[in-house]
Amino acid sequence: MSDSNTPPKNFQERMERNIWGLLIVVAIVLSIGGIVEIVPLFYLKSTEEANRFPEIVWNKENPGSEPIVTVSADGKEQWNWQPGDGVRPYTALELAGRDIYQREGCYLCHSQMVRPFRDERERYGHYSLASESMFDHPFQWGSKRTGPDMARLGGKYSDEWHRQHLVDPQSVVPESVMPAYPWLAERALKGKKMQRHMKGLRAIGVPYNDADIENAPALVDGKTEMDAMIAYLQVLGIMAKLEPGVDYRQ
Amino acid sequence: MEATADRLAEQKYSFDVVRWFTIMAVVYLVVGAAVGVYIASELAWPFLNFDSPYLSFGRLRPVHTNAVIFAFGGCTLMATAFYTVQRTCGVRLWSEKLAWFTFWGWNAVIALAVITLPLGFTQAKEYAELEWPIDILIAVVWLAFTANFVMTIAIRKTSHIYVSNWFFLGMMVMIVYLHVVNSLAVPVGMFKSYSLFSGVQDAMIQWWWGHNAVGFYLTAGFLGIMYYFVPKQANRPIYSYRLSVIHFWALMFGYVWLGAHHLQYTALPDWTGSLGAAVSLAMIIPSWGGAVNGMMTLSGAWDKLRTDYVLRFLIIALAFYAMSTFEGPVMSLKTVNALSHYTDWTIGHVHSGALGWVAGISIGAIYHLMTRLWHTEMWSESLVNVHFWTATIGTVIYVVAMWVSGIMQGLMWRAYDEYGTLAYTFVESVAAMHPYYAMRAVGGGIFLLGAVIMLFNILMTVRKSATQGSLRDARATLTPAAA
Repeated sequence: MSDSNTPPKNFQERMERNIWGLLIVVAIVLSIGGIVEIVPLFYLKSTEEANRFPEIVWNKENPGSEPIVTVSADGKEQWNWQPGDGVRPYTALELAGRDIYQREGCYLCHSQMVRPFRDERERYGHYSLASESMFDHPFQWGSKRTGPDMARLGGKYSDEWHRQHLVDPQSVVPESVMPAYPWLAERALKGKKMQRHMKGLRAIGVPYNDADIENAPALVDGKTEMDAMIAYLQVLGIMAKLEPGVDYRQ
Repeated sequence: MEATADRLAEQKYSFDVVRWFTIMAVVYLVVGAAVGVYIASELAWPFLNFDSPYLSFGRLRPVHTNAVIFAFGGCTLMATAFYTVQRTCGVRLWSEKLAWFTFWGWNAVIALAVITLPLGFTQAKEYAELEWPIDILIAVVWLAFTANFVMTIAIRKTSHIYVSNWFFLGMMVMIVYLHVVNSLAVPVGMFKSYSLFSGVQDAMIQWWWGHNAVGFYLTAGFLGIMYYFVPKQANRPIYSYRLSVIHFWALMFGYVWLGAHHLQYTALPDWTGSLGAAVSLAMIIPSWGGAVNGMMTLSGAWDKLRTDYVLRFLIIALAFYAMSTFEGPVMSLKTVNALSHYTDWTIGHVHSGALGWVAGISIGAIYHLMTRLWHTEMWSESLVNVHFWTATIGTVIYVVAMWVSGIMQGLMWRAYDEYGTLAYTFVESVAAMHPYYAMRAVGGGIFLLGAVIMLFNILMTVRKSATQGSLRDARATLTPAAA
């Protein structure tokens, strides 16, 4: 082994004798893969299908120009959006449900990403698009199906079925290994908290209308976590109307 | 002579913090494995969720992953990195204060994780569940750890930086990148935040983090352990210097790309997934180079495996490393991934790496450290041997159960009957998993038993050292002549 007085014979030896050089070179080498794979996803137009099929996003041209749903003084809900109108941010109630979905770790056993295979189409529905989760902070695609995929769950079962299933899964599906969530029915939602959550999301680009945030207490106060969870589950996969036979992915 | 050298080392280096990290690593191994066995049992026998939010699978699973990765893995890495860097640089730690800050800071992170995760405070990103205040603490502690490590190398007495330290360094830098970028979020409450990224970009960033937590934290760091402890325990130089250079640079450059293979056939653009899979395949070469490098270090001394239980742990770990680094690239291929993704096969793959490789190499290194740090032999050599067999058998049962259940799930989901309709409902596949979930819990239980035996054995060794006064003597011997 050469001692520190002799000049290094090659690049490798130079690195082995200079911690600062090694640190800098390692830091550069480590950054390349991530930059190449991640950065283009933010600007390549082909990443989001909505760039080719604007109709899959609600109010694509004017995001946030109108509230999703307003509540009148007598408690009547007036919806500006109907299922199939396109991907939109979650209402206060659905967002509360999504918060609970995350809190309970549902994503650890349920994916929200249907792959383009025949069996998945028949079991779950149309394959998922990237634009369908554009307002999902964080994404909930999951990595494991201990239970079935949730991406197209909306509208498949009644609210009452979900209520029963969440309180006691085995009473509806005897072979299920899902835990029961009886506490959801006992906990009340808070409108103020949901306003804070929606403002946070708006700060990072989710196009909420002012009225969406103002209406949050009217939508959630007096409701339980169970109501929120069901509202979230019922909107999964029904926002955009996807036509069979259209090649959404290049 | 060995004993004399160890005594001199005791005087020369700061080992107190290493001792504490070593003990805590074993404590967390037991805790992490115990939670793992519990949640595995929940999947086999769901009544164990007891309708309690704090015990339900979805909240306990992050406790398990965080406990084994960050508590057990982290304490092992910190113990071994602080030990290795001193011994290979010939100097004391640059700052003992910073090392103690790292110890208490890291344990505070773990304590906060154990409290907040069952309460449901989570960012809902796998292996990055901890909420933003804890994330900030992690970043501070990690930077303190890194700075101390780098500065200790900077003031070294040796001319060259030893290979273990390259790997440790690569891990530290990459974890800074990964943790900072993946945890970027907007706080909306004390323990609630939303990821800055959404949808497809968030997915890519999450799996860039997810796979490199495996690739750097659980691989590069533990390769640093391998490159020091295998040659030390075998008492031979590493087989090939050239191979370790190739292993190092290929791993640093290549591993970063692999995350995309977790998102095959999803809404992630095809080019990204294919790129990830292509680099994954290429990674077999450096990974096997590293495994061969470790194993061949024993060439000419294979007989040691008959008598040296610690060496057995190190070598079986390398065998599992070779196996998982072959299995991983295979699973990243699109055709295989179409079957394996979303199934228990992934869980099996992770555990052959985690129990076989990471835990194996750690346990070997910790047994090695015990005798050097407490200046005495293990309280019971035969219990080390019992641990070796329980760990190996437990791991094999676990992994086999998950292979069978994973492949079965994948095949059941895509099976068609003669009328061209799906042959099985989803819940039929759930019911079919029951025996394998039970078998997995048993395998995990056997592994846990080994960990408990280890904890008992090392605590008895510490006690023995205290009764004999061997650590006290080592500290008191002032000159080589007195030894």
